[in-house]
Amino acid sequence: MTTIHVEETPHLAYVLRLADSALINSHRLSEWCGHAPMLEEDLALANIALDLLGQARLLYEHAAALEGRGRSEDDLAYLRDAPQFKNLLITELPRGDFAFTIVRQTLLSAFFHPFWQLARGSSDRTLAAIAGKAEKEVAYHLRHAGAWLVRLGDGTEESRKRTVEALETLWPYTGELFEVDAVGEAMIEAGIAPDPASVRPVFEQTIDRLLAEAGLARPVAAWMQTGGLRGVHTEHLGHLLAVMQHLQRAYPGAVW
Amino acid sequence: MYSQALNERIEGPRIVEDPEKLAAFQARIDAEERIEPNDWMPEAYRRTLIRQISQHAHSEVVGMLPEGNWITRAPSLRRKAALLAKVQDEGGHGLYLYAAAETLGVSREELYEQLLSGKAKYSSIFNYPTLTWADIGCIGWLVDGAAIMNQIPLCRTSYGPYARAMIRICKEESFHQRQGYEIMLTLCRGTPEQKAMAQDALNRWWWPSLMMFGPPDSESRHTEESMRWKIKRFTNDELRQKFVDATVPQGHYLGLTFPDPELRFDEATGHWRFGRIDWEEFKRVLAGHGPCNRERMAARRKAHEEGAWVREAVLAHAAKRRARERAQKIAAE
Repeated sequence: MTTIHVEETPHLAYVLRLADSALINSHRLSEWCGHAPMLEEDLALANIALDLLGQARLLYEHAAALEGRGRSEDDLAYLRDAPQFKNLLITELPRGDFAFTIVRQTLLSAFFHPFWQLARGSSDRTLAAIAGKAEKEVAYHLRHAGAWLVRLGDGTEESRKRTVEALETLWPYTGELFEVDAVGEAMIEAGIAPDPASVRPVFEQTIDRLLAEAGLARPVAAWMQTGGLRGVHTEHLGHLLAVMQHLQRAYPGAVW
Repeated sequence: MYSQALNERIEGPRIVEDPEKLAAFQARIDAEERIEPNDWMPEAYRRTLIRQISQHAHSEVVGMLPEGNWITRAPSLRRKAALLAKVQDEGGHGLYLYAAAETLGVSREELYEQLLSGKAKYSSIFNYPTLTWADIGCIGWLVDGAAIMNQIPLCRTSYGPYARAMIRICKEESFHQRQGYEIMLTLCRGTPEQKAMAQDALNRWWWPSLMMFGPPDSESRHTEESMRWKIKRFTNDELRQKFVDATVPQGHYLGLTFPDPELRFDEATGHWRFGRIDWEEFKRVLAGHGPCNRERMAARRKAHEEGAWVREAVLAHAAKRRARERAQKIAAE
């Protein structure tokens, strides 16, 4: 099937962003399955990936309903190309080592936990319901990733070095979490989306508490990466989609 | 899954057991009592179980690789979720089987070391590659189907912790088997290309699936003792025949052809008769010369080596915590 074109209203664009971030984050985590440092982590990372995949599916279903053209979750996930994906850049970066994965998941969970808590009050009833489920899941993700961040930061010289390295690489991607463009403004205005500015204090408090416990310092970013919300990605997303969408693209129209 | 372990010679010094204890043990087995970790048991029984349970655990863990190969390429979000959950289940099976083996006085680390060094075996089936999406269907349908044939009797095996682990594993495996068959059904009802994909996968997985039950009874060395101790309740050939009888009609319902010109229904016995299994191939793959043996072991070793710094960090952090707690306690006193 050829690439589809989605006529994006601000509401639809907003829901797709959340769906894309959840899906791409899930994809990167799923790459660990069978290759983690210990069997327990094969299970735990797969669990988090499954939660995020579940969130993505609900969000795509909601997006498809908002579009009202009879498309499915799979059309939205498999038949859009990289510039149409609006996920946060931080989610698409290659899986890296275990420290990289843990730092990324801590940052994302520290943001999305308070985010989903606030989104429970969304005027979009479906989004509010998804938020209710996601909030509980992400609370667990934060506990798991946060505990690992502390272990790795306050572990050996090597684990500390790797964690600091990951933190410095990833920190410039946290700016995007708080970006508000015209779509975001319209959604906040309509009471559909929480204002990320109100998420920021909780995010910073969580990160500072975990970093203090891990004996690490919050990096100072001279600048922040941006682009995901506009579909301007890193070099990595195209490769990820080439893998993920392979069968749907190779056998157009087939049902799996 | 994988009773191939029962066909290998158990190493170690020969131990002469106390005949009275041995007789009492056999009486308990004959009375269908479960043997528990703290009960007396013959050394050969313990060794056989450690060998079998750990080989089963290793098979689950190595088995994560061929199916994991398709997680990022699953063709729909529903299939992706099901596959990821399935591979996760296999890791879970590995975990509780290692735990069951630990009740026999051996550590998970020691067992895992045996896998990584190549001393311990795992099921030969996982040394075959997963080349198309239909392979994921075939693994569920045939490989998990064969596993279930092996495992259902193991739910009544004489060693308690193993039997209990198997009950849970069987429930999950039968779910996997249904999922796999459903993938095959969808492919066979799909486009001609999808159906060809399903046929190709059956051609490649059929014979290796039959080999999963281990060598024929005539060549199986340890069946008798394992049967007497009720570790094993059916012979390799009995289980293989049950599997063929159950599976052939399923394949025909899919509209697929089995890659065996000698396959025919025997009216007199009610069994499906099948052609000769290539035992040379089986032996070759078990000996390390299958399509993916080296890759599978390299992947397991790589994950283990790359994870070493993480496991060291966990221990270092735990030690630091304990030291801090001690210091706090002393300061408080």
